[in-house]
Amino acid sequence: MDPRERIPGQESAAARGWLHAHRWLILRRATQLGLLGLFLLGPWFDIWIVKGNLASSRTLDVLPLTDPLVLLQELFAGHMPTTTAFIGVAIVLAFYLLVGGRVYCSWVCPINMVTDAADWLRRRLGLRGGARFPRETRYWVLGAVLLMALVSGQLVWEWINPVSMVFRGLVFGMGLAWAMVAAIFVFDLLVARRGWCSHLCPVGAFYGLLGRGAVLRVAADRREACDDCLDCFVVCPEQQVIRPALKGADKGLGPVILSGECTNCGRCIDVCAEDVFHYTTRFNNHSPVIGHEEKSEVLP
Amino acid sequence: MSSKGDNPGNAARRKFLADLLRTAGGVGLMAAGVGLFARQSAALPATAIRPPGALPEDDFLGACIRCGLCVRDCPYDTLRLARPGEPVPPGTPYFVAREVPCEMCEDIPCVAACPSGALDQSLKKIDDARMGLAVLIDQENCIAFRGLRCEVCYNVCPVRGKAITLEYEHNRRSGKHARFLPEVHSNACTGCGKCEEACILEEAAIKVLPIHLARGELGHHYRLGWEEKRKAGHALVSPDQPHQYNLPKGLDYDLQGEGLLRKEDGREVPYSANPLDTLNRRSRP
Repeated sequence: MDPRERIPGQESAAARGWLHAHRWLILRRATQLGLLGLFLLGPWFDIWIVKGNLASSRTLDVLPLTDPLVLLQELFAGHMPTTTAFIGVAIVLAFYLLVGGRVYCSWVCPINMVTDAADWLRRRLGLRGGARFPRETRYWVLGAVLLMALVSGQLVWEWINPVSMVFRGLVFGMGLAWAMVAAIFVFDLLVARRGWCSHLCPVGAFYGLLGRGAVLRVAADRREACDDCLDCFVVCPEQQVIRPALKGADKGLGPVILSGECTNCGRCIDVCAEDVFHYTTRFNNHSPVIGHEEKSEVLP
Repeated sequence: MSSKGDNPGNAARRKFLADLLRTAGGVGLMAAGVGLFARQSAALPATAIRPPGALPEDDFLGACIRCGLCVRDCPYDTLRLARPGEPVPPGTPYFVAREVPCEMCEDIPCVAACPSGALDQSLKKIDDARMGLAVLIDQENCIAFRGLRCEVCYNVCPVRGKAITLEYEHNRRSGKHARFLPEVHSNACTGCGKCEEACILEEAAIKVLPIHLARGELGHHYRLGWEEKRKAGHALVSPDQPHQYNLPKGLDYDLQGEGLLRKEDGREVPYSANPLDTLNRRSRP
């Protein structure tokens, strides 16, 4: 079979059942939609569990949560938030340091569904090529976002930030935010593969930096079973993070994906028919010098 | 240069630098675009009023994190969060007085909810809020100015009798009635917009405007003579000397009275109407 016509995950579904081959994807969508639903319970049904939006929220009138990047922008703009906001940021930072910074991207952010859909359609339509630019661009954008706040004294990025705009729009009224959704979909579909989330988005860049020390990680802990089908590589939004963990045994690299850019989406776990990947912690990064039989004990 | 380019290290470095510049240029272009867009669109329409305690607009746009918690905690659904495409910076809270004015809650829940400090936490008394300033903007159509009784704005005002007072004035049209004219006082008006909402006209004659639009500002060098006099306790300049004209007795000079005046109080005027007579008499020894 031509590897280009291969549908990633098909083999896994055949081997382990459809549900098993989609479990993390389903959980992820349920989390994304569930979070959105929690915010919508108030305005739609007058059940106020959570108020606000992803920039800052209050749960059950006691738990404050605040987005660290938007607060950082405010500080750069020269304004001092309240203590409540700092408590909210501390809770959020602690959470993402535990579960992985870019868990925000793959498990929370509503734009993720848009770009995942664009990538899925791109594969289905067999679209290839397009604009190529470095993944590091996002860190430049992040720098520009903070610089703009510093220079102008205003949260300039929040004028167009699609991440906050779309979630806020869904909860408070979309207005023209749909245009932003459409623009990102078209950009990812036709202009650049995974162009927004994995190359440009400064929110993702920020959470990626945060995730460099995160505890929860994906590991290719059964990498010796890899049959080079490339399914994980095709579905992964941050392909560059897989190789060191999956193929790094010769270079003495451990099987845990340590890059902060990994979104912990778990799609590689889903699509792998050989059951190579699992969630684990960064502390399980046993060096490959350990023999195979010992290493298999690491399996959860 | 081409010979140096053969060195793989050099070529890699050049490619690295070119990529770096390309990325920096692209991102810089994006930043410039976004910055210009934000600068251009930052002007707030005059009808969009910020919540109580909002920092001055420039500071507000640097502090507000667009979370909408003030909107959620507004018990009267006065506040709304600007949607993309509206002429208000997206995600920032505002209200339109003519539609739903601020009810001036005593506990100011919107300010209490604000995590960013864009709504000033030091605002404790709602009467100290200055969301805007009511201005009786159209005296031609305000029916009070036409001599009819209305006083709706005066009566709905939550700071009744202080923020809006009624000034009695003679009705010169009818010649025998009084006009009851509403007058707004900036030292008490919170800009809540109840007056604008209640104005009985099709289009309100009294409107809440942002303070910078509603108020003039006297030049800082300017001194009002009477206030300086009151502060000093005495006149700061010596009084004008009355003009002295060296005129013959019985004559006076006043330009408003058009020049030389003859005091005709019935008594004998020692001078003839003909000035020549005086001259001739003078010339006599």
